[in-house]
Amino acid sequence: MSNMQELIIKKATDLLTDNTVDRVIGWKKGEFVFDPSPAIFNSVDELKDFVYNPFCGANLSKYLIAECKKGGKIAVFLKACDTYSFNQLLTEKRIKKEMIVPVLVQCDGMLDISKIKTEETGAVLDVKDDGDKITVVSPYGDKVIAKADALLVKCETCKGFANVDGAEKIEVGESTLPQGDRFDMVKKLEAMSEEERFAFWKGELSKCIRCNACRNVCPACSCTKCVFDNVNSGVESKANADSVEEQMFHIIRAFHVTGRCTDCGECSRVCPQHIPLHLINRKFIKDANTLYGEYQAGEVVDSKTPLTSYTEKDLDPTVAVNTEGVRNA
Amino acid sequence: MLKIKTDKLNELYSRIAESEALYLPINKANAANYDEWTSEAEVSLTTLKTVKSPKDLFFPQTQDMMRFKTEGKNISIIDVRSPEQPFVLMGVKACDFKAFEVLDRVFLSDPVDTYYKAKRDAGTIVTLACGKPEESCFCKVFGIDATSPMGDVTTWICGDELFWQPNTEKGKALTERVKDLFAEGDDAAVKEQQQKTKEIIEKLPFSNLDLSYFEENGVNDIFNRPEWQDLSEGCLACGTCTFVCPTCQCFDVKDYKTNKGVIRYRCWDSCMYSDFTQMSHGNNRTTQMQRYRQRFMHKLKYYPENNDGLYSCVGCGRCVNKCPQRLNIVKVAKTLGGKK
Amino acid sequence: MQEVTENKNYVPTIVAFCCNWCSYAGADLAGTSRLEYPANVKIIRVPCSCRVNPMFVLKAFQRGADGVIICGCHPGDCHYMTGNYYARRRMSLLFNFLNYLGIEKERTRVEWVSAAEGAKFSAVMNDFAKTINALGENKRLQDLRVKEDK
Repeated sequence: MSNMQELIIKKATDLLTDNTVDRVIGWKKGEFVFDPSPAIFNSVDELKDFVYNPFCGANLSKYLIAECKKGGKIAVFLKACDTYSFNQLLTEKRIKKEMIVPVLVQCDGMLDISKIKTEETGAVLDVKDDGDKITVVSPYGDKVIAKADALLVKCETCKGFANVDGAEKIEVGESTLPQGDRFDMVKKLEAMSEEERFAFWKGELSKCIRCNACRNVCPACSCTKCVFDNVNSGVESKANADSVEEQMFHIIRAFHVTGRCTDCGECSRVCPQHIPLHLINRKFIKDANTLYGEYQAGEVVDSKTPLTSYTEKDLDPTVAVNTEGVRNA
Repeated sequence: MLKIKTDKLNELYSRIAESEALYLPINKANAANYDEWTSEAEVSLTTLKTVKSPKDLFFPQTQDMMRFKTEGKNISIIDVRSPEQPFVLMGVKACDFKAFEVLDRVFLSDPVDTYYKAKRDAGTIVTLACGKPEESCFCKVFGIDATSPMGDVTTWICGDELFWQPNTEKGKALTERVKDLFAEGDDAAVKEQQQKTKEIIEKLPFSNLDLSYFEENGVNDIFNRPEWQDLSEGCLACGTCTFVCPTCQCFDVKDYKTNKGVIRYRCWDSCMYSDFTQMSHGNNRTTQMQRYRQRFMHKLKYYPENNDGLYSCVGCGRCVNKCPQRLNIVKVAKTLGGKK
Repeated sequence: MQEVTENKNYVPTIVAFCCNWCSYAGADLAGTSRLEYPANVKIIRVPCSCRVNPMFVLKAFQRGADGVIICGCHPGDCHYMTGNYYARRRMSLLFNFLNYLGIEKERTRVEWVSAAEGAKFSAVMNDFAKTINALGENKRLQDLRVKEDK
């Protein structure tokens, strides 16, 4: 991975020195190995703080919306899952292709520090990557854990790269990521009774503190003014005064990104309360796949989403709603 | 000093809960937050950092302030304030306890916030010394001793025993009610744990964070630093840092229409939001850089300037852990302070 | 015994979003044909079934509705050619999702009622009201503050 970092910095240096781009969007070194932040690098000099390590989970594609408004040319580094968001933003005309130099970077799965830092490990000062295993360095004693147990939820089932038109790819060796069924947990929930499901979601959603991190990080949530911030919308609210409000927020948000959600998993990564928000989006994706045919947002630029198209033979809601056929398909 | 075996804590909880509501860190759906104790609750007393801080108990995320009732053309105002029932708050860590001092200066200075005061008066706070501080902790910077927090009662967990030391009248009254569950103990184990913890704290990376830059420089100098732009570039404008912060105290007042009237309530607000302090002419902070700067200036400069040098950060490290993009107060202090 | 009396007093609130061109006219026809449908069905006229934003459905539940039904032209007969095709997809996904959250699937329904189907309108509403009556009050999606009256 450190090799990757060198290659990426070299690429960024080249792009900046020959003036191909004016700035680079990447990840900036933090205080520890596990806290890099997305950042804009304006000069070769600033690249000394550039970092690419297993904690660069942040999806950089959404920053392009703001950067494109500033003018100039921008280079951006995209991991496998980020490529879908990038294509989707192009489809939605939120970013300008001619302003951007996308560079694809190999990713061997990003890690989740909240899975690594437990009450047992206490403080984590460093995390060392030894291939399949990682060593957690702590003043309370080091610990070795399997890398597979520390992956971000989004990395547990990787979709691989989408085809990004004209993008160069930086890679070393072959990356191996788990290719499980991303709908496993959705199916488990579907198999429960209504009461059990309601109890599950009530427990999860009542933790919501309405910090809006899920919305603000989401590449599909690119409205200039969200309906939940608009005092004239009748649903604007800054906090959940009643448990129904957080259901409302999450349902509407998920519905609004249906067909556009690439399942990049950022919402679950950023939730301070660890609400499994990806299970909400994945249900919509699964149902749309079952009812209207397989579709992956961001796979092909300018494709039509399930909710912006129709066929005359679509099932009626009476039949489509949670029938055994839909469930088991 | 009194002591009790940790496996008998459930008895202590149920005894306290007999007469007063008991709030303590409880694990629910994989997240620990302060919540009311019930016999089924999964208590996690030693959780160092609950997601939301215990400020929620005194300054809830949403709180009804009054109601209006309309009948024909008449509107009547209904006072919803009722005497607060006494409650006990257990497991509060030193940083979070210090945060109450910060909040008190805001809410209890004239004009007194009666909603806050009522809850403050009703609550008995039992603190718990930290035995296992983590890398994001930096309470030492603010002169807080994590190993001996104050509060109405101070407790320590050493091995399989919890030590109990009442400090105030409220604390003594609570102790009287539960005394028979305890045995007498000496403070040898506590002293030993304090020593150990202090050694760890010394080794923690942020424990010696240098804030002298903020003391030595004027508001304008800090305000005009060009670095704010770069620092704020990655900010998502979400409210996570402000909502998990034990000292953030901004709120908004809103109305909710019911079938027969209106509920006026207040709820936490975040200076990171674009509609924060929205006025009829618009907003006085129009960019995310300005909003980002506001939060850290408030913590490290404006508040201490108005409050005898007391910072409105207590070094709990929640924002360090929870910021989705890992931007935080430590990075700000280090970048502006120029010392890495 | 008590349960029976309670059920008798319970009058559910049902919100019906009806498209202006077919279902609303269908409701009219039911009226002029003197066909009965329950008085607790509150009709909201919308230009097309695809005008129904998911927010409308949720807001209705939040403000105290016990059941929500959306009525539009039969597929192929939409006044705007394709509106109800989109509504069909949207509502299928939304209602499936509500059920996924644990909301009873019987509380939501989509029916196609043309302007000539006064009898169908009446039958659909009677049936839906019966279903909701049996289900009882919507407690899972209701904002409890709405009915507060202190």
